[in-house]
Amino acid sequence: MEVILSIAIGIMTTCGVWLILRPRTFQVIIGLSLLSYAVNLFIFGVGGVKSNLPPILEQGVPARMLTDPVPQALVLTAIVIGFATTALFLVVLLASRGLTGNDHVDGRNEGK
Amino acid sequence: MTGWTQHLIIAPILIPLAAAALLLFFDERRRVAKAMISLAATVLMGFVAIVLFRAETGLDGFQGVYLLGNWAAPFGIVLVLDGLSALMLLLAALLGLATLVFSLARWHAIGAHFHSMFQLLLMGVNGAFLTGDLFNLFVFFEVMLAASYGLMLHGSGPMRVKAGMHYIAINLVAALLFLIGVSLIYGTSGTLNMADLAARIPEIEPDRRLLLQAGAGVLGIAFLIKAGMWPLCFWLPSAYSAAAAPVAGLFAILSKLGIYVILRLTMLLFGDGPLAGFGSGFLLYGGTATLVFGIIGVLSSQALGRLAGYSVLVSSGTMLMVLGINDGAVSSGALLYMVSSTLTLAAFFMLIELVERGQDAGAAVLAVTMEAYGEGEESELEQAEGVAMPGTMALLGICFAACAILVAGLPPLSGFIAKFAMLSAMMGTGTIGIPPTAAVWTLAALVILSGVASLIAMSRVGIYTFWTSLEGVVPRVLVIEIVPVLFLLALTLVLTIQAGPAMQYMETTIRALSNPEVYIDAVRQAVVIGSSGQGGAH
Repeated sequence: MEVILSIAIGIMTTCGVWLILRPRTFQVIIGLSLLSYAVNLFIFGVGGVKSNLPPILEQGVPARMLTDPVPQALVLTAIVIGFATTALFLVVLLASRGLTGNDHVDGRNEGK
Repeated sequence: MTGWTQHLIIAPILIPLAAAALLLFFDERRRVAKAMISLAATVLMGFVAIVLFRAETGLDGFQGVYLLGNWAAPFGIVLVLDGLSALMLLLAALLGLATLVFSLARWHAIGAHFHSMFQLLLMGVNGAFLTGDLFNLFVFFEVMLAASYGLMLHGSGPMRVKAGMHYIAINLVAALLFLIGVSLIYGTSGTLNMADLAARIPEIEPDRRLLLQAGAGVLGIAFLIKAGMWPLCFWLPSAYSAAAAPVAGLFAILSKLGIYVILRLTMLLFGDGPLAGFGSGFLLYGGTATLVFGIIGVLSSQALGRLAGYSVLVSSGTMLMVLGINDGAVSSGALLYMVSSTLTLAAFFMLIELVERGQDAGAAVLAVTMEAYGEGEESELEQAEGVAMPGTMALLGICFAACAILVAGLPPLSGFIAKFAMLSAMMGTGTIGIPPTAAVWTLAALVILSGVASLIAMSRVGIYTFWTSLEGVVPRVLVIEIVPVLFLLALTLVLTIQAGPAMQYMETTIRALSNPEVYIDAVRQAVVIGSSGQGGAH
């Protein structure tokens, strides 16, 4: 389980980093989204990977039979904030496309 | 500070939040109403900041801890007011007031929702200064960033959209790094409360400490991007020079926010104990590189806006380098330098816009933005409204000279006093000064060199602008545009006259910071209201 999660985070980070270094704005935004998914999974992972366990502390239940609720709360906040900023970035991307007439991150179309 | 004043700690967050929400109910055309609400909220925030600052100076070593929702410290979120955060709150409020008044002349009417974003930015900044919790810091940081994206793009135009896109992309990556750092710290220590974390560091097993250091390092990178450390700073000059003048003035505090967090966390977590001195070498070398890059940038920039942008880098570089030296007396000087340079740079950014109004380049940019919002026809009307001050150019020139003196650190203004305090401590004449070695002499020489470089660049641009100006057009400057600039410059004058008490305050603050047990105990033992004291100490 941990191995699969780690590999998934690794692959998404790799793709994300490669994409944000590309010259097209659309590639950059997809790269940022992939990176934020990777980070969200990473936060989820630091609490310890457990399945089918409640995040509620009860009398007589040992600590290893619980999932840590804090990373889940953090992930939720991070998802919401990431969602909002991605939407905002999309608007800027469209504005840039409208003003410069192309989708290069520096607003110029080289090589053509 | 008990009773109602205790609740004032949260007011710097609530006032701008309420104002921003209220402003959304008003239509964009009701500009006067919106401006009045925004102004009232900022003035109120200024009063609260002064009350908090006075409470902080009145009682020696006072720590104001506010438990949100009445939850005890490691479980709930806390706000902590100490010397450093009170100072930063006051600085943010004064800067906010000056830039807001400046924007009322024309900038606030150029795009939509200027005042809401302005208030939200102040809320994020104040929250980041007050919070005692790492994840809450992330949330306030994001509030501030989201508002700053909007303000960065305020006024639109190709230059702003291009610089804004770079700014947003790099800050989104920084936010992701922030999250990685926070989650690594949580994974190794099991807490996000700064005070609790500082107390737990000695208890962490040595093999997990490395992971904690990695987390702290990644977290630090996120703030260093904000502070503009080389090589993470290439976005900064173009973003700051492309932003609208009042926005750029307010952004002067954003780079200082990155430095504030680094100062706070290094003093709290890595002051002493097993991880003492972590990251100070990195700050020292990074800061030095930033300073060198800033010096080269200042000397090579043609436009005033870029000159100011590189001056921000010089200021950040000096701060980071000096914090990397990790010495109490030097840091106290650096704190004074931070206050002085923030006020100066904000005044400088606003002044640039006034000066460039008489020149072609600036006028062209403004014309484009006016056109983009279909307000071209109003420009003649606004010209008529401008008061043709007798000797406008002379006044602007005096302000420019004052800025140059402050940036370069020449006597008699506060820039000189701050640099003098840092340098004298560096050379071992301060109270806790370190023995002067060759390395320290090099750093001191670099600080002096940065002053010389700023002086050369400023006088070159000044001569070009004021003495050999070919256009001969006197810019139309409204009274409410020049008053904020004069206000900020007057504050540096106050800082100069009151240099003794100011320096004493900085020394007290740094001494309190280098003694993190007081902070930790204050947060951990904060008593929940309604219980008889057993709730807090667990």
